Amino acid sequence: MTVNGRTVDADVPDRTLLVHFLREVAGLTATNVGCDTTSCGACTVLLDGQSVKSCTVLAAQADGHQVTTVEGLANGDGEMHPVQRAFHLEHGLQCGFCTPGMVMATVSLLAENPRPTEEEVRTGLEGNLCRCTGYHNIVRAVLAAAEGGDI
Amino acid sequence: MIPAPFTYQRAGSVDEALSLAAEGGDDAKFLAGGHSLLPLMKLRLAVPEVLIDIGRLSELSYVREENGHIAVGALTTHHDVASSGLVGSELPLLAHAAGQVGDPQIRHRGTLGGSLVHSDPAGDLPAVILVLDATLVARGPAGRREIPAGEFFEGLFETALEPGELLTEIRIPRPAQAGWSFQKFTKRAIDWAIVGAAVQGDQVALVHMGSTPLRASAVEQALAGGAAPADAAAHAAEGTSPPEDINADREYREHLARVLVARGLAEARSRA
Repeated sequence: MTVNGRTVDADVPDRTLLVHFLREVAGLTATNVGCDTTSCGACTVLLDGQSVKSCTVLAAQADGHQVTTVEGLANGDGEMHPVQRAFHLEHGLQCGFCTPGMVMATVSLLAENPRPTEEEVRTGLEGNLCRCTGYHNIVRAVLAAAEGGDI
Repeated sequence: MIPAPFTYQRAGSVDEALSLAAEGGDDAKFLAGGHSLLPLMKLRLAVPEVLIDIGRLSELSYVREENGHIAVGALTTHHDVASSGLVGSELPLLAHAAGQVGDPQIRHRGTLGGSLVHSDPAGDLPAVILVLDATLVARGPAGRREIPAGEFFEGLFETALEPGELLTEIRIPRPAQAGWSFQKFTKRAIDWAIVGAAVQGDQVALVHMGSTPLRASAVEQALAGGAAPADAAAHAAEGTSPPEDINADREYREHLARVLVARGLAEARSRA
């Protein structure tokens, strides 16, 4: 599969989950395993541009497809993606565990709905849980990212 | 959690999927979006030896108009159903309910067909399909056949599909009456419905009030007899056998059914 623009080719057991492939084979450990039950969204990545929970996708299902993790968002110069910048500026994180998933869910949300209302942001992120309950700043960050455009 | 070992096979066509299923027999299962099956496999509640991945059969992902019906390919994701202009204009109940399944990530992977064949009585879409009088099209070793939604759901996780049969299409007639409503009672955002009600005109179906989705026949009969919606809704729990679990006992589910059907009928009429 192609991960963040790079081809990652490996023979893995059939039952390998995408999240484990990303962390253990591709060596991209920003994507976290949270609940491991399709609930918390910490493992959210983009599969062909759409947010998915990588704990509930087999690596084999992503074979031949494009996967983007949070490591793939910044540009080559290390400049943060507008969504990352907005999370930074609005302090849209506390402990940071949910943040990679929140950022990827936000990128997908804004691709589908570039100017969401606050309510649409809250329902659009209902698949991502923040155990610190830092939702207010996260929502503010998403709205700021949308406001800034150029997503 | 990682599923128990299995052999992964990928089907390149419906015919290949059917022949792989015939080879695999009882040990094989089709994998579509995997958002019902993979969680069960991680918990070892399902332990298939062979998974036949049909997720790449793009010929089963479509929404189109055919002879006065709307035909939806079984592999159409909830996201694609919810955002389809055709579904939105002709079957707004289905578009809305598909947009309420799980969360955005789940809707990007989960499919309409997968949700129906999973036949979870707490699932939203089986009740929607039932209230819309849909027909399910399946292909199998014995050929193609059509199954009315009312005969499709046989019990908890059980459908009328024979071993080796694959659901390929859902055909939905244009509703005779326009007003619709979908009521879903949950405790938290992405929970399954404790009870739900799907309303299209004077047709009503219930989520999680038995081992299958149910038509609220007593409500429909009362409406046909001229009862006011609020009075008809009082019959919503008749003929049901709701489960008891940590979320609700039988009486509470019966109460919810009456309340949700009353709200649903009122909202449907406001949209008619």
